Amino acid sequence: MADLNELKYTYSLRLGDDAWILSHRLSEWCSNGPFLEEDLALTNLALDLIGRAQGFYKYAAELEGKGKTEDDLAYRRNERQYFNHLLVEMPNGNFADTIARQLYVSVFEYYFFNELKNSSDETFAALAAKTLKEVKYHMAHAVDWTIRLGDGTEESHWKMQRALDSLWMYTGELFEMDEVDNELLQQCIAVDVIALKAKWQEHIERVLKQATLKQAEDAYMQTGSRKGIHTEHLGHMLGDMQYLQRAYPDAKW
Amino acid sequence: MDHQNTVVRPNEERLSKFEEHVGEGKAVEPRDWMPEEYRSHLVRQMSQHAHSEVIGMQPEGNWITRAPSIRAKQILLAKIQDEGGHGLYLYSAAETLGISRVEMIEQLQTGKAKYSNIFNYPSLTWADIGAIGWLVDGAAIVNQVSLQRTSYGPYSRAMVRICKEESFHQRQGYEIMANMMNGTADQKEMAQDAMNRWWWPSLMMFGPHDGESPHSANAFKWKIKRHSNDELRQKFIDKTVQQAEVIGLTIPDPDLKWNEEKGHYDHGEIDWDEFYRVIRGNGPLNKQRIAHHVKAHEEGAWVREAAEAYKTKQAQKYN
Amino acid sequence: MTTDSQLDLWEVFIQSRNGSHHIHAGSVHASDRKMALQNARDIYTRRGEGTSIWVVPANAIAASNPDDADMFFDPADDKVYRHPTFYTMPEGAKQI
Repeated sequence: MADLNELKYTYSLRLGDDAWILSHRLSEWCSNGPFLEEDLALTNLALDLIGRAQGFYKYAAELEGKGKTEDDLAYRRNERQYFNHLLVEMPNGNFADTIARQLYVSVFEYYFFNELKNSSDETFAALAAKTLKEVKYHMAHAVDWTIRLGDGTEESHWKMQRALDSLWMYTGELFEMDEVDNELLQQCIAVDVIALKAKWQEHIERVLKQATLKQAEDAYMQTGSRKGIHTEHLGHMLGDMQYLQRAYPDAKW
Repeated sequence: MDHQNTVVRPNEERLSKFEEHVGEGKAVEPRDWMPEEYRSHLVRQMSQHAHSEVIGMQPEGNWITRAPSIRAKQILLAKIQDEGGHGLYLYSAAETLGISRVEMIEQLQTGKAKYSNIFNYPSLTWADIGAIGWLVDGAAIVNQVSLQRTSYGPYSRAMVRICKEESFHQRQGYEIMANMMNGTADQKEMAQDAMNRWWWPSLMMFGPHDGESPHSANAFKWKIKRHSNDELRQKFIDKTVQQAEVIGLTIPDPDLKWNEEKGHYDHGEIDWDEFYRVIRGNGPLNKQRIAHHVKAHEEGAWVREAAEAYKTKQAQKYN
Repeated sequence: MTTDSQLDLWEVFIQSRNGSHHIHAGSVHASDRKMALQNARDIYTRRGEGTSIWVVPANAIAASNPDDADMFFDPADDKVYRHPTFYTMPEGAKQI
């Protein structure tokens, strides 16, 4: 069995990566929103997520104990060393694609952090309690837009349905448990995500019904991120993100 | 708003009352009578100001995904968001004069309305983010502080809010420059290069010399404008030169020197040919900036339509 | 394509802390009440300015006409007896 700190390090890093990569995607909306108010709303989501990433990275760096900073973790790893879910690295696409991604993620995170706030690890519990407040708002934002787009025009309905369908195959991963999760679950530190699946699915179904949309049909579920196997999208994102840190390794900004 | 005109006075009488009111330093509110030129001057100035905030999101947005640290990304994103917010406050303030945001956006996209020239220059390196925050926002703040006392109430209130929120913008830019000047040789070079490219366009932000400013006379009489272009430009220079010296940056102006007698810096002449060339649409990025705005606007059209359609459906359901 | 819309105009009132008035902060565009509230939250309370928000459709506000100001407000100017300073208190009497 791996050392407990090592397990917690991995767990914290994964949570940091989910927030960091999604924040990067949402920040790409800046100056591209469908109208000014929504542009600012998307930026607000991104800022919450950056804050969250910072919290989990900081804790991961502490647990690792090698004197690294949050920035080292965010900027100085290669593609195979990121462990975010595939779903959060998916490109923004059109506004419906972004909303579908937000819906799947935020409903999951709502249930997830609701559990993690009871973690026996105090830092995880505290970070989760803070995150939960933010996630509730993210979920409200995603749910409301799903309903507007689903029950809006023919075009918006169709775009929203297509977005939900095409992202569906990346949702299976949210409910995977590996040895890190299982070991930590035994110590009441981690969340049993398998147990969240039914609630998540039911919640999504309820929203889609109100939005006059259909649940995506069952598909083969993509997997791999927990082992650092990603889509091709991640590498490009990191190329942008890490450019200055890599080009000027000695510089402080 | 519900509006009934009950009393109609001849225009001359109203004008002299209006000018007396403004002359006493009192604010004008949306429903007060105002001369048509006052209204149109404000619409032009406020919408231009709003467009500048919104188009100004682009050169900085260009670096969000490449921001070199978590902190830098956070700050930059918050700052650009503020700019969007400020555009929004200003659009709202302009809307009180009876022009809609739809109309203002159309004027921007068709080139009928202008925005600040400075945003037609490219942000080429990370140091440009420092230079924009420090110089461009620094120049904007000098102008905006002066506008807090402008005579039109909604404009003045928007400016007060904006100044309060913007106070961190200039600092973050200066901090980036200071860090880079404290850093590696590459960083120093990058910072000086950004300084060289942004200094003159920043001075141009205050507009032409007072004698050549086309809309000045009424703007002063009606207290829309409280300080002249040259006065504000001088204020900016005096403040900024000292900050540059502290961190070791050189101002790219060989004629710049302290004038003991005047208590101000003398500076070299601005390249007004460049100024007018960019205003007329031939700056490096005029076309790209508008194209970016049009693209986002058009790609968002179906979203706005959907929201409207949803509203209509809901209203039918519950009425 | 239908004509462009930037959605409806709403006026935003923010209460900065419990116990104080809701004060007009500005406006936002939104197509429905929920969106108007969320947009107001995202735009006017980014620095912790609020504990409560009201949004009101701008076209639901009736505003007094400035031309009626003399009729509306001037008659209140000479009602000095509505202010406590109008009254003389007998020497030595304590304020309640």
